Amino acid sequence: MTDALTFENLGVAYRVKGRSQQVLYGIDLQIARGEAYGLVGESGCGKSTAAFAAVRYLPRNGLVTNGRILIDGQDIHQLAAPDLRKLRQYSVSMVYQDPGRSLNPSLPVGRQVSEVFELAGVPRAEWPTRVAEILAKVQISDPALVMQRYPHQLSGGMQQRVAIAMAVASNPTLLVLDEPTTGLDATVEAEVLDLIQHLRRELSTAILFISHNLAVIARMCDRVGVLYAGRLVEEARTDEIFRTPRHPYTAGLLNCLPQAGRSKDKALLATIPGFLPGPGAQITGCVFAPRCALADCLCQTRDPAFVRAGDRATKCHYPERVADMNRAVAAPVLVAAGQGSRRILQISDLAKSFGNGLQRQRVLRDVGFDLRAGETLGLVGESGSGKTTLARCILGLLQPDPGSRIQFDDQPLAGTTAARSRDQVKSIQIVFQNPDSALNRAHSVHRMLSRTIGLLIGLRGAAREARIRALIRAVRLTDRHLTALPRQLSGGLKQRVAIARAFASDPQILICDEPTSALDVSVQAAILNLLAELQATKQVSYILISHDLGVVRYLSDRIAVMYLGQVLEIGPAEAVFSGPHHPYTAALLSSVPSIDGGNNDRVRLTGALPSTANLPNGCVFHTRCPRMMPGLCDQTAPPQITLHADHVLACHLPPDQLSTTARQPLPDGTGPNLADSPVYG
Amino acid sequence: MLGPFADPKAVETLNHQMGTDRPVLVQYADWMSGFLTGDMGQSYAYRSPVAPFLGTALLNSSKLAAVAFILVVPLGIFGGVIAALYRGRPTDRILSVVGISATVVPEFVSGIVLILIFGVWLRWFPISATWSANAGFWNQLYHLILPSVPLVLILFGYIARMARAGMIEALDADYTRTAVLKGLTYPQVIWRHVLRNALLPTISVIATQTVYLIGGLVVIEILFHYQGIGSLIYIAAKKKDFPMLQAGVMAIGALFAVATLLADLLYARLNPRIRFGGRE
Repeated sequence: MTDALTFENLGVAYRVKGRSQQVLYGIDLQIARGEAYGLVGESGCGKSTAAFAAVRYLPRNGLVTNGRILIDGQDIHQLAAPDLRKLRQYSVSMVYQDPGRSLNPSLPVGRQVSEVFELAGVPRAEWPTRVAEILAKVQISDPALVMQRYPHQLSGGMQQRVAIAMAVASNPTLLVLDEPTTGLDATVEAEVLDLIQHLRRELSTAILFISHNLAVIARMCDRVGVLYAGRLVEEARTDEIFRTPRHPYTAGLLNCLPQAGRSKDKALLATIPGFLPGPGAQITGCVFAPRCALADCLCQTRDPAFVRAGDRATKCHYPERVADMNRAVAAPVLVAAGQGSRRILQISDLAKSFGNGLQRQRVLRDVGFDLRAGETLGLVGESGSGKTTLARCILGLLQPDPGSRIQFDDQPLAGTTAARSRDQVKSIQIVFQNPDSALNRAHSVHRMLSRTIGLLIGLRGAAREARIRALIRAVRLTDRHLTALPRQLSGGLKQRVAIARAFASDPQILICDEPTSALDVSVQAAILNLLAELQATKQVSYILISHDLGVVRYLSDRIAVMYLGQVLEIGPAEAVFSGPHHPYTAALLSSVPSIDGGNNDRVRLTGALPSTANLPNGCVFHTRCPRMMPGLCDQTAPPQITLHADHVLACHLPPDQLSTTARQPLPDGTGPNLADSPVYG
Repeated sequence: MLGPFADPKAVETLNHQMGTDRPVLVQYADWMSGFLTGDMGQSYAYRSPVAPFLGTALLNSSKLAAVAFILVVPLGIFGGVIAALYRGRPTDRILSVVGISATVVPEFVSGIVLILIFGVWLRWFPISATWSANAGFWNQLYHLILPSVPLVLILFGYIARMARAGMIEALDADYTRTAVLKGLTYPQVIWRHVLRNALLPTISVIATQTVYLIGGLVVIEILFHYQGIGSLIYIAAKKKDFPMLQAGVMAIGALFAVATLLADLLYARLNPRIRFGGRE
């Protein structure tokens, strides 16, 4: 039987300003029928180009320079337009990132799905029943109603279900999934991944799964290919590649992940030094050699072949040495940040609502916690849980409702920055998620830092210059970066500039709002290391907002779990992760895919996040809680249970019935064993 | 009105008659309340009520605007769509260059050239847009073709550019990719998925330009001897006929508000994101 998809020595180039830039170099891969193949790599490595080449939908300036692409044994570039349409109708479908944009905003979703049946020649009268069937298949509970909706009336998870329904309606041989869950909440992502697994078993469709997230790939795929700078550098079965990588790049990626058992006070994260070569760069020798710890003269002069041995393949001169690469990170153990008992920030009865009357959105309610000097408090929760609103209230960008109390250094903190003293403003700073939009595009790095220092500390002349240079060195940049404009810097470097700016006024509290979620894992590791180091040397307290539980676990001393504007649980990081913990925390933790793949005992959340304009009675979580006790949870607000001095949660369940994480946390200090350690990617 | 050597007594009497000796605010309130109840005052120049003049002028202007509108909207949209479909190719370049060139030529230049070629030299069209009293529909239309061409020239480039931009955005959108990858034919993709989303922004542009078609035609109307609102305002200004001027400007303002409102309603009707409000 022919393979579902074959790339034969595939090369793709883009024409940019009249010059041809090669982005894929001689990719060889086969996906058997019914097989799920994962393609991983960091941004810029050519993953999406490969995906679009597979459906013959390269951008206007894209061009297949050599090789062939076969779907069902047909060379897709030999097909005439009508045959290509037939192929798309019956044999290959694609689902991509950002479902809100992949659906036509001005047609009801039912109509959009029905087009697939229209093309298949199904009589018009049968469309509604067929659409309802396929929507039911992607686990949409009320297909008749959803069919009439427009895309903007559905949640992100629902939109992606509709997109998937459309893709599988024709029962294709091959389904190309390009980052299908990126940008969705962890709990929604888990549902969508479940759905894809389920459909795969039912339909026996082959899948090309593109993702930057190793853990998602580990959960979904049978085999994995690793792309680096447009070359396939390693390919193997999923369980083998993550346990015994045979290419230094694969090993490096795995080591970058903040894993369970690693936290900032034990070791730094491994990073991959250097940068991805630019597209079209001329390279002699191995493309990864400049960043590789194993590289020697041979690597720099001769490009290794992509050698297959059994069902594994690698493009490395020394695959046997990869296993000896130092997994445990050779990094100085940081001096644990002084977790004294001094409370730098005390918040109580914090509430924030928007609007009036029936429209009143109660985004934060009864929030209260302390932040200690030099510690990191991680804030986790789905989007819409109020994390960012809380951060804005602390910063003074939003005025909290009357009755809220925020105290900084035992002094009450006014609701707006205008009413705060300059010292208070200086002391609380923020690093945003997206350094692209947070930095002024027209200002050089020097100008940005110099303005901040001038405004907040009032330094002038030589003192200011000295401070700028000290800051730039503190974030591991050099003087030559000072004249650069943001567009001349990579994402990681821009985030370093944003961090330098935040540290310019020597803050005591730094709010990090998703500081690494726009970055690749190797860059993320470097930024997390930097934040950990700066905290140790400058004794800053962090409030870390992130949806990535691995990041939160690595950097946080304590964690607060938020849901619908309330803190459901707060406690020391390890205690919150290992449990006993709140049912919502359990659901959040188990929704995150891990590299070991085993994730069958998942706590699944049903239903959508209720509206903040119409909060549920009793416990806010009862509408989605798998352990809801009728008559109690939906009537009365839960009591605060104190598990340890420092670990508090709000739940009606008796403490001995609260769940714990099934996987045991690793004993401290042992090297992580990838086979059984949960990795939160 | 009474001439430079008028008797001060007579001036005072006239001022009193016309109410111009009262404070400005009182005069304004008086005029405003009159306007709202349909009484637009007396024309200084014609010594008769303003309303009938304004009515005729508005009707005439609407006829001219309608002809220009019916010509330019389909042409502009068609041009823009074609340019977008052939993006970057010669067809696109030619359409863009022609559109922009036509837009920057003032209407008095193109009007005169058109009169010279089609009215004086070829004698295909009358050089005056004013028809005889008992002219029928086709005759009136015949008179209006030539004056509407300069308007079409000015607006074509503008509408085509908007339509082109909207089309290109929609062609590059993810939902268009979804439609193509479903295996739909090219015409199906364009008609069902691209056009509807592409032309939404163009609608609001067209609506604001409609008002220009009615109210901004001073030059065209003078050039073609046409009794529209533009020439009414021009003549009123020349004769210092303030009630007439006020009423004319007010009418154009009201038209602008109504046209914008209609455009917004149409936009909402065609755009489900506005029709059905936010996420439920």
